[in-house]
Amino acid sequence: MSLTDRDKATVRTFWAKVAGNTEAVGTNALSRMLTVYPQTKTYFAHWKDLGPGSINVRKHGKTVVDGIGAAVMKIDDLQKGLLSLSELHAFQLRVDPTNFKILNHCILVVLAITFPAEFTPEAHVAVDKFLAAVALALSDKYR
Amino acid sequence: MVEWTDFERQTIADIFGKIDYETVGAAALSRCLIVYPWTQRYFGNFGNLYNASAIKINPMIAKHGTTIVHGLDRAWKNLDNIKEAYTELSILHSETIHVDPDNFRLFSDCLTITLAAQMGAEFNADVQAVVQKFLTVVVNALGKQYH
Repeated sequence: MSLTDRDKATVRTFWAKVAGNTEAVGTNALSRMLTVYPQTKTYFAHWKDLGPGSINVRKHGKTVVDGIGAAVMKIDDLQKGLLSLSELHAFQLRVDPTNFKILNHCILVVLAITFPAEFTPEAHVAVDKFLAAVALALSDKYR
Repeated sequence: MVEWTDFERQTIADIFGKIDYETVGAAALSRCLIVYPWTQRYFGNFGNLYNASAIKINPMIAKHGTTIVHGLDRAWKNLDNIKEAYTELSILHSETIHVDPDNFRLFSDCLTITLAAQMGAEFNADVQAVVQKFLTVVVNALGKQYH
């Protein structure tokens, strides 16, 4: 399910709206994930505080959403652009790739809440395809 | 049997008490057909599904979306007996309509996103967790009679 030129244009336009809001969107998505899918907490056992207001969740939420924003810039070659992040996730973090789908879903929910008018079905399909492509690129080095 | 806390029961009752079934149903089903176009395979007789604009204004899709969301009534009204409550619908989807059960999950995701857009900040993490649990239970029940 590769990204068409139209998908890429839609993602770039839509993600420009997220750009000013990365900490809020990231914190919301990450804390939602930890609550709705508690098994994901296993990757954060080293954090004392996993609550939504916690400094760790805010900082990491921003890191993840900033990372996605950086991926938008590399949308024409995600595998190459996300190579070092893929190595990080594969060899050090070893996050089971199922969790990428889970976090992606939570990001989509946050986008629907934050941009109810702009997150149309057309924007949704383009962003969903993009996030799936990012997940694929991130898991590239796993085996 | 699934255990439900008071908070979960209350949250589910609140949501179904206040949503407009027609708006939510139409939005959720049309979103599903647009975001996961292969789901259109079950709607060959539903008129013009040629593109997103057509899907969004298709009255048969809107009506069917409402039917599907009303199909959830038997779940929230029978929280302690969902598996039994869905036996008939599960057989229907398996033996008559022949729907791949993975589609139930796809529709649930679109319904979740539609509810989130409707409810805004009120659709917080705890509410989303309840909706996720509820829809997962329903999806499992719908898949139970597939052999």
